[in-house]
Amino acid sequence: MLESFWILLLFPLAGAAVNGLCGKRLPHKLIGLIACGAVLASFLVAALAFVELTGRAADDRLVTVSLFTWIEAGEFVSRAAFLFDPLSAVMILIVTGVGFLIHVYSIGYMHGEDGYYRYFSYLNLFIFMMSLLVLGDNFLVMFVGWEGVGLCSYLLIGYYFKERFAGDAAKKAFVVNRVGDFAFLLGLFLIFREFGSITYLDAFQSVQSSYPGMETGFGILSLITLLLFIGATGKSAQTPLYVWLPDAMAGPTPVSALIHAATMVTAGVYMIARCSPLYSRAPETLLIVAVVGAATALLAALIAIGQRDIKKVLAYSTVSQLGYMFVACGVGAYAAGIFHLMTHAFFKALLFLGSGSVILAMHHQQNIFKMGGLKKYLPYTWGVMLVATLAIAGVPGLSGFFSKDEILWQAFSSPQGHPLIWALGVAVAGLTAFYMFRMLFLTFHGQERIEMGHHDDSHGEDDHSHHDAKPQEPGWSVRGPLGVLAVLSVLGGLVGLPAWLASTNQLHHFLEPSFHYQFVPEAHGEHSHALEMGLAGVTTLIGLMGIFVAYTAYLRRPHLPEQVSQRLSGLYRLIRQKFLVDEAYDAVIIRPTHWLSKNVLWKVFDDGVIDGAVNGTATVVQIWAQQLRKIQNGYVRSYATWILLGTALLFAYFSYFAA
Amino acid sequence: MVPTSHYLILGAILFAIGSFGVIFRRNAITMFMCVEIMLNAVNLTLVAYSRSFNQVDGQIFVIFVMVVAAAEAAVGLALIVLLNKRRGTLDVDQIDTMRW
Repeated sequence: MLESFWILLLFPLAGAAVNGLCGKRLPHKLIGLIACGAVLASFLVAALAFVELTGRAADDRLVTVSLFTWIEAGEFVSRAAFLFDPLSAVMILIVTGVGFLIHVYSIGYMHGEDGYYRYFSYLNLFIFMMSLLVLGDNFLVMFVGWEGVGLCSYLLIGYYFKERFAGDAAKKAFVVNRVGDFAFLLGLFLIFREFGSITYLDAFQSVQSSYPGMETGFGILSLITLLLFIGATGKSAQTPLYVWLPDAMAGPTPVSALIHAATMVTAGVYMIARCSPLYSRAPETLLIVAVVGAATALLAALIAIGQRDIKKVLAYSTVSQLGYMFVACGVGAYAAGIFHLMTHAFFKALLFLGSGSVILAMHHQQNIFKMGGLKKYLPYTWGVMLVATLAIAGVPGLSGFFSKDEILWQAFSSPQGHPLIWALGVAVAGLTAFYMFRMLFLTFHGQERIEMGHHDDSHGEDDHSHHDAKPQEPGWSVRGPLGVLAVLSVLGGLVGLPAWLASTNQLHHFLEPSFHYQFVPEAHGEHSHALEMGLAGVTTLIGLMGIFVAYTAYLRRPHLPEQVSQRLSGLYRLIRQKFLVDEAYDAVIIRPTHWLSKNVLWKVFDDGVIDGAVNGTATVVQIWAQQLRKIQNGYVRSYATWILLGTALLFAYFSYFAA
Repeated sequence: MVPTSHYLILGAILFAIGSFGVIFRRNAITMFMCVEIMLNAVNLTLVAYSRSFNQVDGQIFVIFVMVVAAAEAAVGLALIVLLNKRRGTLDVDQIDTMRW
C-alpha cells in the first residue's frame, strides 16, 4: 500500500466527477454516500500507508512515486510525482480524517439545501486538491494544489451565490489570495534559478551544499523564503492579507470548518515546514515570520473580543491560532507548528461544527447576543463545545494545552526565539481564553435571549420545521462527527507530550526525518525542565484568568461589559470596527484602483485608444469604399472593358519586364 | 505551306473583333456571339502552335475549350431567354439592378 499511496488521490477526484456531472439526477442519499465513501477510502489508504511507513526504519521513511513527466522544457523538468514522508503522512491523515468527519456532518447540515450535489462535488474536489498540495514531491505540484484549494474555497464561499454578500466574499477571498499567489510563484521561479530544480529533495540537497550555515544579511535565500512567506500570508490569512478569512464565513458552516479552519488555511504552515531547509538558513525571514505571526495572533485575538457573530468569533480565532503556528515556524520549531496545526484542526473543526449545530437549531441565527441559555436545549452540543473551548483555551491535559505550550516554550528557548515573542504569545493565550469563553457563555449560558433566524429556505416540511419555537439537537450525522472530534480534541495532545512529562515527544520523533536537510543552529545554554514547567504554569494561569474574567463579565455581572465599553469607548469602538483595516484597504488600494480603472483605463485607454483604433480602421475603409463603389456602375460592357484593359496590362508586363 | 504567323495574325484579328463586339454592342445575343468568336480565336491559335511545335497538347486543349463552350452556350442561352421573358429586353445597359 505504501508504494501505491497515490491512489488515494483518485477517490475524491472520482467522487467530485460523479457528483458534479450526474449529481443532479442522483438521489440525495447516494450523493452523500459517494462523497463520504470517497474520502473514507482515501483516509483508509492514507492510514494503511502510514502504518507501513512507521514500520520502516526512521531514515528509510520516504517514498516517491513518479507517474509521468508533466512539463519538460530545456533544463526544466516537472514530474507529476508524489512524496510520502512523515510530514506529508501527518498532513494527509489530518486532511482526509477531519475531511471525512466533516463530509458526514455535511449530510445532516446541508440536508434539503439547493445544489446539494454541487456542494459535495466541490467538497470532494477540495480534498483532492489538498491531497495534491500535501503529497506533491515538487513545488509545481504543490502550486497546482495550492491554486486548486483556492478555487474550491472560492466556489464554496460563494455557495449561496444568490446572496450578494456570498459572491462578494468569494471574490474577495480569491483576489486577496491572488496577491499572495503571485509572490509564491516568483519564489518558485527563483528556486529554479538558484537551485536548478523544483523537486524538493534536489533543491534541498543543493541548498545544503551551497549554504553550509545560515545566510548572512538579506540575500537570495531570504528573498526566496520571504516571497514564499507572502504566499503563505495570503493562503493562511496572516497580516496583512488576513482580511478575506472573516468574510469567508459566508459559506456553509462545514466549509468554514474544513477549509477555513482545519485544512486549507494551514497550507502555508505546511509549506514553510516543508521548506524548512530554506527557512532555517534565512534568519532574516524567520524573524519576519515570527513577528508577523505574533502580531497577527494578537490583532486577531483583539478583534475577536468585539465580534457578535458566532462564526466571526471563530474566524478571527482561527487567524489568531494560525499566527501561533507561524510563530512556531518563525523560531525554527517546525514540528511544534505542525503539532499545533493538528490539534487546532481537531478543536477548531469541532468548534465550527458545534457552532453549525447551534446555527441549525437557531434557524440560521448567528448573533450570539440573540442566543443565551441554549445549554438547556442543546446539551450535547454544549458538551462538545465546552471540550473544544477548554482545548483552545489551553486548559492542562487537553490537546491545545500541549501544542500551544510547546510553541510558547520554543518561542522562549529556541536560539531564534525571544522572550518578547513569548510574552506576546502568553498575552494572546489569555485573550483567547477570554473571547472563547465569552462566546460560550453568551451562547449557552445566562439569560435566554433567543431570537430565531429567518432563513427562508428549502429546508421544507421535514424534521426541523420552523413552527416549533424551541431549538432542537440535530440528527446523528451531525452529532457523530462532533463526538469523534471531541475525543480527538481531548486526546490529540498525547502524541506530543513535552519533555517534562515524557521521555520522547512522539510527534517530533516521527517528523524528524522530514526536517533532515534543515540547518539547526547551536543552542545557547541548556534550559531546565523546571523552567519549562514554570512557564507552562504561567501560561495556564493567564488562560484561567481569561476564563475567570469572561465568567465575571458575562455571567456574574452581565452589565459589566457595557460599563467597560462606555469607559473605554475609543478602544471599544476601534475593536468593534476591526481596527478599520478593511476601511484602510478600501481607501488606499480599492478606491485608487477603481479611480484608475474608471477614469484612465476605461475612459482614456479603452474608449480612446482601443475603440479609437477599431473605429478608425473602419472609418478609413468606409471612406475608400465610398469612392471605389462608383466603379460598379451596372454596365456590363464597362466591366468587360476593365477586364480587357487588365489583361492587356498583364500581357504588356509579362512581355516587357518579366521575359 | 501557310506559315504559322498567318494563323496567329488571323487569330489576333478575330480576338480583337470579338472583344470590340463585347464592349460596343448592347444586345446580349450579339455579345454572346462575340464571346464565341473570341474563344474560337484562341482555339485557332492553339491549333496553330500545336502544328508548329508538332505536339498534340494544343489540339487536346481545343477539344476541352469546345466542350466548355458548348456547356456555356447551353447555360448562357437559357439565361438570355429567361432575361427576355422577365424584362422584355436584351439591352444589357438596362439590366443594372446590382449597381451601387
